[in-house]
Formats: sequence, structure tokens, C-alpha cells
Amino acid sequence: MGLEQKAGDLGIVTHRLEDLVNWGRTNAMWPLLFGLACCAIEMMASQAAHYDASRFGMELNRPAPRQADLMIVAGRVSRKMAPVVRRLYDQMPEPKWVIAMGDCASCGGIFNNYAIVQGVDEIIPVDIYVAGCPPRPEALIDGIMTLHESIRQESFKDWA
Amino acid sequence: MIDGIVELLRGMGITLSHLFKKPVTYQYPEEKRPVRYRFKGRHELKRYDNGLEKCIGCSLCAAACPADAIFVEASENTDAERFSPGERYASTYEINMLRCIFCGFCEDACPTEAIVLEDKYELSFYDRASAIYTKEMLIVPVPEGGQDTPQITEPGMFDRSIPDMENPK
Repeated sequence: MGLEQKAGDLGIVTHRLEDLVNWGRTNAMWPLLFGLACCAIEMMASQAAHYDASRFGMELNRPAPRQADLMIVAGRVSRKMAPVVRRLYDQMPEPKWVIAMGDCASCGGIFNNYAIVQGVDEIIPVDIYVAGCPPRPEALIDGIMTLHESIRQESFKDWA
Repeated sequence: MIDGIVELLRGMGITLSHLFKKPVTYQYPEEKRPVRYRFKGRHELKRYDNGLEKCIGCSLCAAACPADAIFVEASENTDAERFSPGERYASTYEINMLRCIFCGFCEDACPTEAIVLEDKYELSFYDRASAIYTKEMLIVPVPEGGQDTPQITEPGMFDRSIPDMENPK
């Protein structure tokens, strides 16, 4: 049961409100400071002067999960790290999104062994997978833009 | 103390001078920074000038791949249905982009220079299944004057898997 059924036909108002909310969500998406390995270097580079992620309103990498909207899992997640990743994800307030940056976070990559989680989607739901080892800063920004694109398509029905 | 203030002002002067310099930021989605000549991005399967595929399905790339990202399945060529020179061609060629580490070992292992890591790097996916690139996604379009595969060829014309190539560039 979505908001549209509860509130009746809101017509154009619903549409515009969705746009406004999605605009707000995409343009101030604060990532969680979550670099685990070499991908973190590229994640830092994407926020530094040359690629400047603050153009998309995400210059603030929050070290606290309560203040973050987006978790960029940058690097390989070991089995020991997995409970920590899950706890940090649970501590993030809704709405929250996850980008698995790089091969290791997406599917284990080259580390096909017992120590590494074969993709963080084993433990948390992932929205976007970014391939590369590590991905260029542009590739990460492209992943973020793909995420923004999917958020713009969201409607109230998806949230309710 | 005066020295301290002078040094402080000098430092602030440098900061101030950067205000008037051109910003170094690349406006990424609109303006793309050109990649280096030897950058390794997404793979492409190449073709000969006549449109035949260079890949002969030997699976050496799959053997060389440190991440086991490549899957190749070969089938027999016939003169009535020819995809590549020689006996066999790759009927299935899949690369899992989420496994691939873009090391270029496949490029080095390839005896026909069929697989080349090109300059595309924008690889983001909504799910893991869509990260598997099939042969249709990897192969380049037929060059001008060429003919799409499968081709009908004269017997004895393409017997060798590795035709006489010019020297590698």
C-alpha cells in the first residue's frame, strides 16, 4: 500500500514532490569513509582537486555512519571485516545506498580464497557495482552518476 | 616576531595567488581526460580487414588470466560457415568484468592479437550478471569493405589459424 492509495490522486503534486525529494537525495549524498584497500586511493583521488566529487554535493566523507547516506565499499572485505561492514551498514539511517567499488568488493576479484568475502552482496545489498582494479576516479564518478540516475527514477511507491 | 608575520603573509600570499589560477578540475561527465597510450581498459575482440574474427578460440587468454575471468568455448570452422582463419573459432567468449583486473596478460598470451584492452573504463552495473560481457558485446564492428561472419570461403584459402601477419606494432 503506497502513499498514492492513502492520499488519493495527488496528480501533479505527487510527481513534483518526487522530483524534489529525489533532487535533494542525489545532490547531497554523503559517503561513508570506508576505504579498505587500494581502491581507497582512487576514491580519495575522485574527491581531490582533479575530479572533485563535491561538484555532486558529496565532498564530505563522513567517518560516522549516522551521518552518511552512501557506503562506497572500496577494497577487499575479509571475513573478519564482514561483521563490521554489516554493523556500519545497519547504523546508517534510511535512505541508504551501497556502491561496491572495484573487483574485490564486487565479487572477490582476484582473491578467490577463503579469507575474502566473495562480493559484499553476501552481507549487504549493493546498488551499483563498479568494475576496475582499481577503477579510475572517473569510473567511480560514473558509478555514482548511474546511482543518481536510478534514484531519480524512484517513486513514492518504492519507499512506502 | 616580525619574521613570523612576514612568513605567515608569504604563505597566505601563495594561497591567494591560487585564487586567480585556472582550476585544475576536469568537469568529468562533459570533459573527459584523455587516457594514456598504454592504458588498459575494457577489452575488444578484433577482426581482420576482410571481416574475419582474429580470435581462434585457443583459450590461451583464459589460461593466462590470473583472475579466471575469461571463458572461451571453441567450435569448428567450415568453409561454408567460416568465422576465423584456421580450424576453430570462439563460439562463446565471455569476460566477467567484475573479475577482470585489467592486467593485460590475455593480450600478451593471444597468438593472433585478437584481444586488445582498449580505452573504455566506464563500467558500472546494477547487478553482477550484467557484468559478464559476451562475444557480441566485445567484438568490434565489421571494418569497411569487410564482410560479416560467418563467411563462405574458398577451400584451402584460410587453412592456417595464424595467417602471415605483419610485424606486431
